[in-house]
Formats: sequence, structure tokens, C-alpha cells
Amino acid sequence: MTATTAPATYPSTTFRTCPETGLLVDAKAETLIKVNAVVAVVFLAIGGLFGLLVALTRWPAVHILPADWFYLALTAHGADVLLFWIVFFEVALLYFASAILLNCRLAAPRFAWVAFALMLVGALTANVAVLQGESSVMFTSYVPMQAAPHFYLGLILFAVGTLIACFVFFGTLVIAREEGTYEGSIPLVTFGAMTAAIIAVFTLASGAIILIPTFLWSIGLIGHIDPVVYKLVWWGMGHSSQQINVSAHVAVWYAIAAMVLGAKPLSEKVSRTAFLMYILFLQLASAHHMLVEPGVSSEWKIFNTSYAMYLAVLGSMIHGMSIPGAVEAAQRRRGFDRGMFEWLRKAPWGNPAFAGMFLSLVMFGFLGGISGVVLGTEQINLLMHNTLYVPGHFHATVVAGTTLAFMAMTYLVVPLIFRRELVMKRLAQWQPYLFGIGVAGISLFMMGAGTLGVSRRHWDITFSDAQLTFDYPPAVFLMMGLNGLSAILATIGGIAFVVVVVGSILFGKRRDDAAAKASPVVLTGGDTVASYGGEHTLKLPGTITLVAVFFLAFVLYYYVNWKYLSEVWPLS
Amino acid sequence: MAIHSPEKRIWWNEPLDRKEIIWIAIAFAWGLVMFATMIVWHITGQQNLSNEAYKIDPEIYAERTEAMATKYKVREEGKTGIPVVHPPPGTEVYMLGRLWEWWPILELEKGKSYRLHLSSLDWQHGFSLQPTNINLQVHPGYEMVLTITPSETGEFGVVCNEYCGIGHHQMVGKIYVVDKK
Repeated sequence: MTATTAPATYPSTTFRTCPETGLLVDAKAETLIKVNAVVAVVFLAIGGLFGLLVALTRWPAVHILPADWFYLALTAHGADVLLFWIVFFEVALLYFASAILLNCRLAAPRFAWVAFALMLVGALTANVAVLQGESSVMFTSYVPMQAAPHFYLGLILFAVGTLIACFVFFGTLVIAREEGTYEGSIPLVTFGAMTAAIIAVFTLASGAIILIPTFLWSIGLIGHIDPVVYKLVWWGMGHSSQQINVSAHVAVWYAIAAMVLGAKPLSEKVSRTAFLMYILFLQLASAHHMLVEPGVSSEWKIFNTSYAMYLAVLGSMIHGMSIPGAVEAAQRRRGFDRGMFEWLRKAPWGNPAFAGMFLSLVMFGFLGGISGVVLGTEQINLLMHNTLYVPGHFHATVVAGTTLAFMAMTYLVVPLIFRRELVMKRLAQWQPYLFGIGVAGISLFMMGAGTLGVSRRHWDITFSDAQLTFDYPPAVFLMMGLNGLSAILATIGGIAFVVVVVGSILFGKRRDDAAAKASPVVLTGGDTVASYGGEHTLKLPGTITLVAVFFLAFVLYYYVNWKYLSEVWPLS
Repeated sequence: MAIHSPEKRIWWNEPLDRKEIIWIAIAFAWGLVMFATMIVWHITGQQNLSNEAYKIDPEIYAERTEAMATKYKVREEGKTGIPVVHPPPGTEVYMLGRLWEWWPILELEKGKSYRLHLSSLDWQHGFSLQPTNINLQVHPGYEMVLTITPSETGEFGVVCNEYCGIGHHQMVGKIYVVDKK
């Protein structure tokens, strides 16, 4: 390892040179990436197991937890994976995309440690509150239902920590620019991470605006919180934070395609504009949760729920072509040029980073993206609001999309940042498929059950101890059983991930410079993938076909749901 | 590569490839079509929410619901003692959500329109009419009013689909739809 000393003004900063990429790696940034990523994986493990318990309880034939534990487990599942796993990992990504990719020292590493401590204390506090049993209010904690004060306090501390981490990221961008650590514009992956960080600031501000008064209400200092206003502002955090995830995992898709295949974006302009559309329009998504609420006008709903005429959806559809297109172009340049799909058949499917990335891309688009637009259509929402269709949708976006992408990225972070060889490579190769197929099942079967009307967040759909009952159609029980089986499969994939990653970090062979050069994980000789898009781009018939299939599926499914709606009792 | 700076510093002057332009145009146009579909459905479709809503004191809402139930009660549901209420078509019909029941049970006539009022006396609840699959959010302090026209006869369940505490899964109500008497 070569250690380089920083400019004289920052004698405490030490860099090493990455043997694979030639990038300068700030030791402090590297440590912070490690601790954030490790804590993220711990929360993934905890939250994932709560998720398994939830799915097994919702399988009527198994029904493993009693009611109070079910609602507790569901609250913990939401907080631990949707918030703590994803955001800790995102903070690691922010430091990676700024300090590492820009050859720069991390700004204010002490603040980054403060951010880490606040986030950790906040996450633990919220977990304690939930496990004490007085805060089974679901992740959304809709007022006037009340959690213990330290539940809200934990979330506030976590949010403050995250905000500090975002500013460390912005600070690093400024330093890199001032010290000229890179040439030209920032890389696309950093641009995507910046998009995520900008949306995060908006999101965390919304969170502060609603959670601080709610905390004061929980300790009796405020008398009343309006439930409709609460939902509107809470989802300014709750849904916008999912847009952080989208930006972050799209950046990860680009990063993995670049590192594993040397893929270049077809056009920097197109990809960056698509990211800008996220910043401009994704925040309107709070409206997705207000479509069947009292006191909201249809004009407001239509404009906001469509992200101002679907401009943010347009951003995602653009990435949906750019990324497979970049992969296809890179593969064709490397000689896999026969027919329509040789590039895809001969892709490195045995590399878990690539396999996870591509599965994530396909499932996010086909399952998560299409269902999200349908669910967020003003009138169609009344068919699906608060049914299992909703978690079906968002498991396709944040689990199949974000979580699988982050897992895939971890297979690169372990050798490059932790500098360890992966252990149990066979298991690692299977992991994206086990987890991906499991999650696809979870999403599809929950959406199926939701289409049949099954309520989300419900302990007993047989209503065995209720005064009045209702019988769901028998197909529902099949769906819930298949959902349980899929959850078991996903759990096996999740455990495989944790075992491989933790095993590699603890027991993996150390990867010194010689080892890294002998078996690189980043494709070298990327120069062969010559110039950018525009007129030089190859023909991409495979990608065009994939995009056409996607588009047809989208249009068809969209109008099928209008057909369902037209069969419902007339309402006005 | 995406992890390196773009080759051209001024990336916004790059030429666009034809296939990208075509896809962006199609995707943009599709967005406009979906946007227009929602608006068109307000004109031609039959399933639109009225967005009529009022702020209301839960106690007043409970009084109004009880007054309707007393006036139009036709029987009680089995041994539960819950009143089944058959209001005349075209009138104001009330249903309330509270921990953990939907009250009262309504009996409506097929093909007739009713102004259905929904509100909660305590926490948020979810009005999920099954198997028709109409799902509405019910807030305390807000009274939502919409005109519904049952189009089929039978026994319908009202499942609470907003989590409302430990008895949430026991919160089921009923609506009967009968042929015109």
C-alpha cells in the first residue's frame, strides 16, 4: 500500500492509491464508509427477520405471531429496513461518491462522526421504543394514534444526523472543486448522489416540520395535530425519502455498469437531465397518499400525483433506456455483437454485482415503476388505497430496486474498500437470484392479494374473533401462502448476503495491491469503450426491444386497471 | 465511465442520438396521455370522488349518525344488537368509524343514489368496501361526503384497512344492498 500525504495544510489526511482505479482514497473517508455500511447491514439483518415474521403471520395457515407482536414486528420492520438500513448505506454511498470518486479528502470528518453517532443513537432509541411495546404505531405513526415520546425523538435524532452527513457530502464537493482534485465536471455517479443529497435535504426538512411538533404533542406541550395536515407533511418526508433511494440506486446502477463492464452512459446530457427531473418533480409525491382523503381537491391531486404531468416518471423511463443501453454498447464493443441478445446472454451473470444490478433494474421498472404509476393515478387509487397492493408496489421499488442494488454494490465495496476477498463465492453468485426471485414473488403476490381487496397491516383476514365477518375470495389464501413462501426465499437470500459480507469482512483473504492487480473487480482497459453517445453510438436493437416490451406492458396494465375501475359502484 | 468525469466538460452541448430522442418523445407523450386520462375520467367516468368534505366535531357527527339510525332502523343484526338501518333513497346516510367498529349497518337499494357521510370518532380508519373494492381514508374531525349508487345486490363487508391499534383486525362493518322494496 502506498500512502500519500495530503497538501501541507491538511497534514492529518492520509491517502492510499487504489491499485485498480488509481483513485486516491482518504483513510478517514474509508473508515466512515466502512462503519456506515456495516451498521446498515446489521439493521438489514434485524429488519429483514422482522419482515419474515410479518409475512409468516400473514400466511393464514401459519399465523405465527400473536396480534400485539405482529403490529410491533411490522413497525420495527418498516423502521429498520426502510429507514435505517437504506439511509446508513446511502450515507456510505455519499462519502464514496464524493471523497473517493473525486480523489478528495472528506470534508469535516469529525462532523461525519457526529452524524454517525446521532444516527446510531436515534436508530437504537426508536428500536427500543418499538420493542418496549408502547409504540406499535406503524412506520407512518398517523396521529392521533400516539407513540412513546422517545420513538419520535429517535427518528428526529436520526434525521438530524443524516442532514449533517448530507452537508459533509456537499462540503466535500466544494473542497474537491476548490482544490482541483478532478478535471471537468463531476462524474455521473457523483451527480446522481448529489441529486439524492439535495432531495434528502428537502425530505429531512419536511420530517423536522412534522416530527418535532408530533414529539412535543407526545409529551403534552401541543394539544392537537391535524391528521390530514400530518399526512400531507409526513409524506413530504415519507415518499420523498423514497426518491432519495431512487436517485441513489440509479447512481449505483450506473456505477456498477461502469465498474464491471466499463459501460459509459449513452449520453451524459440525457442521464444528467433525467436526474435533474427527479430534483424538480419527485417531491410532489406526497400526493400519492392523499388521493382518497377528505378535503383535497381533484385539481391538486391530479397535478401533484402525476409529478406535474409525469415528468419525474419521464426521468426514470430515460434511465430505463440509458442503463441497459450503456451495458449493451459496452458488451457489443467487447465483441458480443451477434444477434439481438448475445450481449445479454454473455453478460457476467455469475458476478453478483452485475446480476444484482440488472435484476434490480428490470424489477424496479417492470414491477415497481408500472405499479407505482397505476397506484398513483387519482381515480384508480380508490381500488388499491391501503390494500396489500401498496406494500406489493413498494417492495418492488425499495427491496427489489434499492436493496438489491445496494447489495450488488456491496460486492464491489468489500474488495475495494474493505480490501478483502469474498468468501463463499458460490453462495455469493446465487445470492442475487435467491433474493431477487423471492422479492419478485413478495411483490407480485401482495399486489395480487391487494387487487382482490386484502387490507395491508392486518393481523387476521379470516376475522376469526370479530363480531361481524367478511369472507375474502379463496384465491386470497393462495396468494398469502405464496407470499409467505417468497418471503422465506428472500430471507434465505438475505441471510446469504449477510453471511457472505460479514464473513468476507472478518475472515476474507486480505487483498493487497498485488492481489488486486492479479484479480481486479473493476474492469480495466475501459478505454476500449471509446467515445460517448451521439452519432458514435452503436445500434442497440436489444435495448430497444426491451424498452418496447416495457412500454407495451405499461400501457396495457394501465388501461386494464381503468377497466377494473369502471366496474366499481358509481361514485361522485 | 460513469465513475469518471465526463470527457467533455460541457456535457450539455453533446449531440443527442436519434433513438434516445424518439424514446424521450414517446415517454413524454405517454405522460401527457396518462395526465389527460385522469381529467377525461372526471368528465366521462362514473367513479370520481366528490371531494366534498367538512370539518366536524366528532360528537356532533355521532349525534347525527345516531339520529339517522334511530329514525330508519329496521332490525338488529343477529345477536350482535347492531342496528340495521334502511334510509330512504336519496337521503343523507351516515356511517361512523370508531375503535373498533363501523356503525351502524346500512341497508341500501340497488340502483339508488345516496349521499354517504363518513367520519371517525377517534383515530384514523380505512373504509374498505369488499368485494366491490372501494377504499377511502376516514379521519377524525373531517366529514367526507360522496354520492354512491350500489350497482349490485348482496352482503358487503366494510373492512378497516387503516391500522388503528390492537383491535384493528376485528373492525368489520356491513352494508346490505337489496332490490327496491
